Amino acid sequence: MGDWQFFALLLSNGILIGLMYSLIALGFVLVYKATDAINFAQGEFVMIAGFVVVGFLISYGAPLWLSLVAALLAMIAFGFGLERAMLRKLIGRPIIAVVMATIGLAAVLRGLGPLLWGADTKPLVLPIGDEPILLEPLFIPPIQLVGATVSLLFLGLFGWFFLKSRKGIAMRAVADSQQVAMAMGINVERYFALAWAMTGVVSALGGVIWGNMLGVDVHLSLVGLKVFPVVILGGLDSIPGAIVGGLIVGVVENVAAGYIDPFVGGGTKDFAPYVVMIIALMVRPYGIFGKQIIERV
Amino acid sequence: MGETSGPLLSVNNIEVIYDHVILVLKGVSLRVPEGGIVALLGANGAGKSTTLKAVSGLLRTERGDVTKGAVEFRGQPIHRKDPADVVQRGIVQVMEGRRVFEHLTVEENLLTGAYTRRNGQAVRQDLALVYRYFPRLAERRGAQAGYVSGGEQQMLAIGRALMARPKLMLLDEPSMGLAPMLVAEIFDIVGRMNREEGVAVLLAEQNAPMALRVAQHGYVMENGRIVLDGDAKALGENEDVKEFYLGLSGVGQRKSYRDVKHYRRRKRWLS
Ligand SMILES: Nc1ncnc2c1ncn2[C@@H]1O[C@H](COP(=O)(O)OP(=O)(O)O)[C@@H](O)[C@H]1O
Ligand SMILES: [Mg+2]
Repeated sequence: MGDWQFFALLLSNGILIGLMYSLIALGFVLVYKATDAINFAQGEFVMIAGFVVVGFLISYGAPLWLSLVAALLAMIAFGFGLERAMLRKLIGRPIIAVVMATIGLAAVLRGLGPLLWGADTKPLVLPIGDEPILLEPLFIPPIQLVGATVSLLFLGLFGWFFLKSRKGIAMRAVADSQQVAMAMGINVERYFALAWAMTGVVSALGGVIWGNMLGVDVHLSLVGLKVFPVVILGGLDSIPGAIVGGLIVGVVENVAAGYIDPFVGGGTKDFAPYVVMIIALMVRPYGIFGKQIIERV
Repeated sequence: MGETSGPLLSVNNIEVIYDHVILVLKGVSLRVPEGGIVALLGANGAGKSTTLKAVSGLLRTERGDVTKGAVEFRGQPIHRKDPADVVQRGIVQVMEGRRVFEHLTVEENLLTGAYTRRNGQAVRQDLALVYRYFPRLAERRGAQAGYVSGGEQQMLAIGRALMARPKLMLLDEPSMGLAPMLVAEIFDIVGRMNREEGVAVLLAEQNAPMALRVAQHGYVMENGRIVLDGDAKALGENEDVKEFYLGLSGVGQRKSYRDVKHYRRRKRWLS
């Protein structure tokens, strides 16, 4: 295999993986956009979704479609309930209160998952095979193709929702100014709940895709760590930003790992995105597409 | 809902307290008739915005409470309702300081104004109507609202409120920080909207001469109380109001209306 072929392979792999990061980052962006809350438990949401799917598949012997539907509904209910029970009480409190609450929630979920569904790694099998698809000079695992397609589909769907639908515009209005949104008759708390429920949807999809690739156990929550470089690069509140940030992170970690790992024995994937994130923070604190604070004189 | 008797809005002797301790309104009463324009005049800090927020329900977003009295809209008490409910009933507030959604486009801002309405076709017609009242907004419909001029933002805030098709618009200091020409233009349009669409307006203003030109009736507020009210023309010619709003005393500071009143009383005793 030639040099450029190797690079093309790393690149294509990075792009597909990157889109799957984008999907998870989208969950984070939805909540931040509408409610200003920073969700440090995004990875744990994905993990719980994975547990629900394998729980239905293995423990209850349910068919796949039912398990997927169950995970989707469970995560919507989870997002909704969480907003009601925990986050609504924190509205108007300092941002650090929400941050600490979601960090605490993450720890609880990491404990609860294995407690409820067992600590062993469970396979999440999808009927798509694992024979790589050969597209000279590339070869692509089918799950990556499915994952990237689902990601693009939902990124597009949510993008349309925010730009074109009445509810989407109202949600952006809430994000812009809660008080003015109320003055327009918008029920702000309903939109907070909707944002968390939408994060539930995205987490369920992420749980299925990443659970298939990595197997389901507590380590599945670690995909959440990729969310931070993605959203810092793209902008905390931007859907196009989540796509571009995800692509950058996916490509950077794959290419870096491809060339550096042979010399250092692995681990490049885990820190390379953070190096890029730190540089980005110094150069462009709002991210590539992040909304800037508009100041006028 | 065809109550012909009784005013559209009546504020009856309300007391408002912020943060459980800060008493700001001390028994304010006023009325707005169906289809009328009523001016609420007063210096900065008099309590105009607080009065409007007590009507729209936005008071609670600032930890304020109506602790005594009542606000009635078409005979129904509304001072315990939340803002979304109040908008549904036909009252919309244009907050002071041109509060547009900065990251939304001009047109998206207008659409948020119609949030409580279900009839998509009527909303599209009203969008066209707003653009007829404010042609400048039509030109800038795709621009991000945070970046249009101050005058355009004020027009946008008013146009957005009209999109709710309210019975009553609460307008808080639309003249603030704008050039006199622009203020005249905006007040003209408010007058037209009132005549053509039948929207009643409660207009809080420091700019008394301008406000009394479009209003039929006016109230003067000071320190959380209504200290004077009357027909707009009479108020405009009232010596006290003139002296208070137009005449500046010695060091360039506005005289309090109360000082004027005391002075008048003394004068009466002497004569
Ligand atoms: N959210 C608030 N909390 C405490 N005090 C307030 C608040 N808003 C206004 N006030 C006080 O209430 C008084 C009246 O304010 P306001 O209604 O804004 O007057 P105006 O609109 O006439 O300038 C002022 O003394 C102001 O400091
Ligand atoms: Mg005010």
